[in-house]
Amino acid sequence: MTTGIEGLREISARLPQVLGGDFISADIQRGELTVFVKRESILKVVTTLRDDPQLAFTQVIDVTAVDYPQRPERFEIVYLLLSMSLNQRVRVKLTVGEETAVPSIASLFPCADWCEREVWDMYGVFFSDHPDLRRILTDYGFEGHPLRKDFPLTGYVEVRYDVEQKRVIYEPVKLAQDFRSFDFLSPWEGIQKLLPGDEKAAPAPAKPAGT
Amino acid sequence: MSQAAEAEIENYTLNFGPQHPAAHGVLRLVLEMDGEVIDRVDAHIGLLHRGTEKLIEYKTYLQAVPYFDRLDYVSPMNQEQAYSLAVEKLLGIEVPRRAKYIRMLFGELTRILNHIMNIASYAMDVGAMTPFLWTFEEREKIMGFYDDVCGARMHANYVRPGGVSQDLPAGLIERMHEWANGYTKVLDDMEGLLTENRIFKQRVVDIGVVSKEQALAWGFTGPNLRASGVPWDLRKSQPYDGYEEMDFDIPIGKNGDCYDRYLVRVEEMRQSLKIIKQCLEKMPSGPVRVNDRKVLAPPRSEMKTSMEALIHHFKLYTEGYKVPAGETYVGTEAPKGEFGVFLVSDGTNKPYRCRIRAPGFMHLEAMDAMLRGHMLADVPAVLGSIDIVFGEVDR
Repeated sequence: MTTGIEGLREISARLPQVLGGDFISADIQRGELTVFVKRESILKVVTTLRDDPQLAFTQVIDVTAVDYPQRPERFEIVYLLLSMSLNQRVRVKLTVGEETAVPSIASLFPCADWCEREVWDMYGVFFSDHPDLRRILTDYGFEGHPLRKDFPLTGYVEVRYDVEQKRVIYEPVKLAQDFRSFDFLSPWEGIQKLLPGDEKAAPAPAKPAGT
Repeated sequence: MSQAAEAEIENYTLNFGPQHPAAHGVLRLVLEMDGEVIDRVDAHIGLLHRGTEKLIEYKTYLQAVPYFDRLDYVSPMNQEQAYSLAVEKLLGIEVPRRAKYIRMLFGELTRILNHIMNIASYAMDVGAMTPFLWTFEEREKIMGFYDDVCGARMHANYVRPGGVSQDLPAGLIERMHEWANGYTKVLDDMEGLLTENRIFKQRVVDIGVVSKEQALAWGFTGPNLRASGVPWDLRKSQPYDGYEEMDFDIPIGKNGDCYDRYLVRVEEMRQSLKIIKQCLEKMPSGPVRVNDRKVLAPPRSEMKTSMEALIHHFKLYTEGYKVPAGETYVGTEAPKGEFGVFLVSDGTNKPYRCRIRAPGFMHLEAMDAMLRGHMLADVPAVLGSIDIVFGEVDR
């Protein structure tokens, strides 16, 4: 058993053999191993990773997601696994779209239960065969999936206590000042053809006379 | 009359919280009770959800640091440290040795800060008032040290990507020495009140027992895992920021009950004290932040005379620095367990995704399994022993 980065390379080399057709790719960056697997076989993959004595990834540290709206399958589900006996970590990833479901691993790892609920709550990724897929962090009766990139930072509703109705009421968000999102991406690193403000000049409507 | 007394009592549900002093914040537990015995626990969390992960996506890397103070608000600096390590890993920079020692020093002070809060309020939950009064005096002194280095008692914003915000003020090391020497006495006094206390033991021994296998299956980390007898500490197994140079032991429990979790935390405080003393004695001299003007702003004095320094200052506090595209996961041993930051960068000045792995989230998830078959009065005991803070559970 080798430790450190050498051990990680050994694991990386072993993965295609034990995972077979479920394996897509593996990559070591900054001393961290990322493995892409097929979505349908995630249960088989985590079982193999857990039970193979030379891998022994017995701990699910976290299950989370990343949203890339421009991709055909926009969500990347990330499983962070830890092997205590080898002292190594691995990131198992798969991709999924809005309409498809991911098999839940909560039956194998009880701690993944709430993590998957959170991914469902925040991203709207459905986990099939999950024992209790309810929302977890957002408000009762909340609509939408807040961590999606197309969900606005301010949300859609705000709450306040209404003195007259003597209860908490929900209202559409009213901002006293428009939400400002500045483009900080270096306007001074090389001048582009179009200067900022040029786009306003083109469709200038003819001013009516006398104003 | 006798017929009515023998009638079957149906199960009923009971709301524990969200406004309950022993819920350590805003937790709503829906308890399904069979008489006074708990049948099922449904934890409703998220009442303190502030959307930290979403907010961080809209802030520059530097602006994101204060959010980490507000997650687990009784151990702020450990979380700043985890985030800073993640950003530094993506940037590919290494902080100077003195900065590492300062981070370790404050990391361990924060561990004591956290464990005092946990043990004292836990003791109060099960009926002991005095430990709270005695130890919180020490807690106030540690917060005084926070104040000395960054001007804030709790939300420090002191550990930053690239080092720490400023050097230790003169005389602080001596004062910390003095405090560290006196703290053992307070710890002994507190233990004298609790460890062999009959009433305390009646409330916590053999309550909420978690076996080794269960602790691993439920994703326990930190003191809760060690109390079940698993010797796993990231400071030893995957050391960061110079923990490999420190001499300390990892206490583990035997039975995995509430009492063992208490004992492990007390012993951890003693070990932290050992690390603090080593840090104070071996504190290296030198800079406390990396000398990279593209990441950290130049000193104020230089800004007044150098045009380039002024430009760097302006750029860093408006645009911030860009982090190379890529992703990383950094797990650190926070006082409550493994606190991890999974950071995805797309090469701009803002994180594309910042996932916060909070230890308390997993611990709270196990409440259902831990509480089944226990009495209602054990709820505060178990809840207190797994050290829950809602800032990090709800994020």
